[in-house]
Amino acid sequence: MAFVVMPEAPLAVWLEALRAQIARAPGFFDARPVIVDCAMLTAGTEGVATLLADLEACGISVIDVENAAAIPGADPWQRRLVGGRPAGVVEIKPAEVAKPVAEPAAPSLPGLIVEDHVRSGQSIVFPKGDVTVIGSVSSGAEVLAGGSIHIYGALRGRALAGAQGFARARIFCNRLEAELVSIDGFYKTADDMDAEVRGAAAQIRLDAGRIVIAAQR
Amino acid sequence: MAKVVVVTSGKGGVGKTTSTAAIGAALAQAGDKVVVVDFDVGLRNLDLVMGAERRVVFDLINVIQGDAKLHQALIRDKRLENLSILPASQTRDKDALTSEGVAKVIAELREKFDWVLCDSPAGIERGPALAMHHADIAIVVTNPEVSSVRDSDRIIGLLDSKTERAQRGERVEKHLLLTRYDPVRAARGDMLKVEDVLEILSIPLLGIIPESQEVLKASNVGVPVTLNAPETAPARAYADAVRRLRGEAVPVTIPQERRTFVERLFGRRVA
Repeated sequence: MAFVVMPEAPLAVWLEALRAQIARAPGFFDARPVIVDCAMLTAGTEGVATLLADLEACGISVIDVENAAAIPGADPWQRRLVGGRPAGVVEIKPAEVAKPVAEPAAPSLPGLIVEDHVRSGQSIVFPKGDVTVIGSVSSGAEVLAGGSIHIYGALRGRALAGAQGFARARIFCNRLEAELVSIDGFYKTADDMDAEVRGAAAQIRLDAGRIVIAAQR
Repeated sequence: MAKVVVVTSGKGGVGKTTSTAAIGAALAQAGDKVVVVDFDVGLRNLDLVMGAERRVVFDLINVIQGDAKLHQALIRDKRLENLSILPASQTRDKDALTSEGVAKVIAELREKFDWVLCDSPAGIERGPALAMHHADIAIVVTNPEVSSVRDSDRIIGLLDSKTERAQRGERVEKHLLLTRYDPVRAARGDMLKVEDVLEILSIPLLGIIPESQEVLKASNVGVPVTLNAPETAPARAYADAVRRLRGEAVPVTIPQERRTFVERLFGRRVA
């Protein structure tokens, strides 16, 4: 799926809003093809000549320009893509940029300690804080915590940390063979994990909207 | 003090009924008073494997519903007089089992026997739940393959939460019985290794029963393999498992078929 961005005049403000959006979610445009629609621009708009270079500088890979009459030099790109269908609008409003996002307070209650293995089909749900599992979490089992999750055995099932919106939550396990890990709603399935982290002791955290797995052999 | 043992697995077809019969017979051979109880109401098989199918008059459901007395439903084994079987009903379904009825029957059996072996149906619903409810000991029968191991893991979770002992805050003693194990295929990586299964399930190992034609042969003639062919590898494995169950410290090995010198020379099997 390709994204369509629709720049508006004044371009300086629009680009600022775009950069702020990227700062909030750095992974947003990664490896995504982007189409620039210039319907809102005219040839006289200030900064239009450098627009493509500016977008590229933001890490956006432009694959096509629509309504390219406004941008000098964009003609060779035009009409390479046909048969596209619109799929919805993501609006980036300049007004939103200034608003700081309030981080939910860290859960402060004492954690839950599970003395035994969490067996297949069992589910440990503790939205108030950290969960520590002394045994292993089996395939088909899940642990859901409002805070971080510590597993002293192997993690073979699912672990969902920071489940009520706490991005600083982490997951620790002595052996990573998880089916799925999730922090603050962002998740990664076994299929998307690198082969070299499988079976290793691992720390899993969230870095700017992306699940990062650090393994220790 | 009688011990109630549930033979369970979650998954079907892994060898619960065969193992119940073989272990029941071996316990009886050791001199204990044993009853094997078929909980698989509607799909009963234990009577066939024990060779008692032609003598069934009353069954577990008749006893639970008060249509028959317990001693009328118990069938004494023809080979071992201290071994009895309580068959399941084939014409009813598992809804006919009531928890009060099962509790009453188990309590009565506890008074008469040293070992009450309950052959659980597959699954995790009412039938298996009632079969495991009164257990002191659980034998978890597992094949060395991933789906069986995961189902066993699920059953272990239920043993730790849903049984009478768990509800009293005590634990059910759990043992792993690894059946249909083929060392050649495990070495080739076609099968989970013993240590992999133990690592995942982390319960003590009761025994490893090798894959063998003898098990099928014994089931077909209706004699537990421990009686039908006591010198074969699976029978010796079951016998060792029973000695461990009775508290003896027997090192775990995988019994191999004994072959004569000539067989060794010429009878090299093609895997």
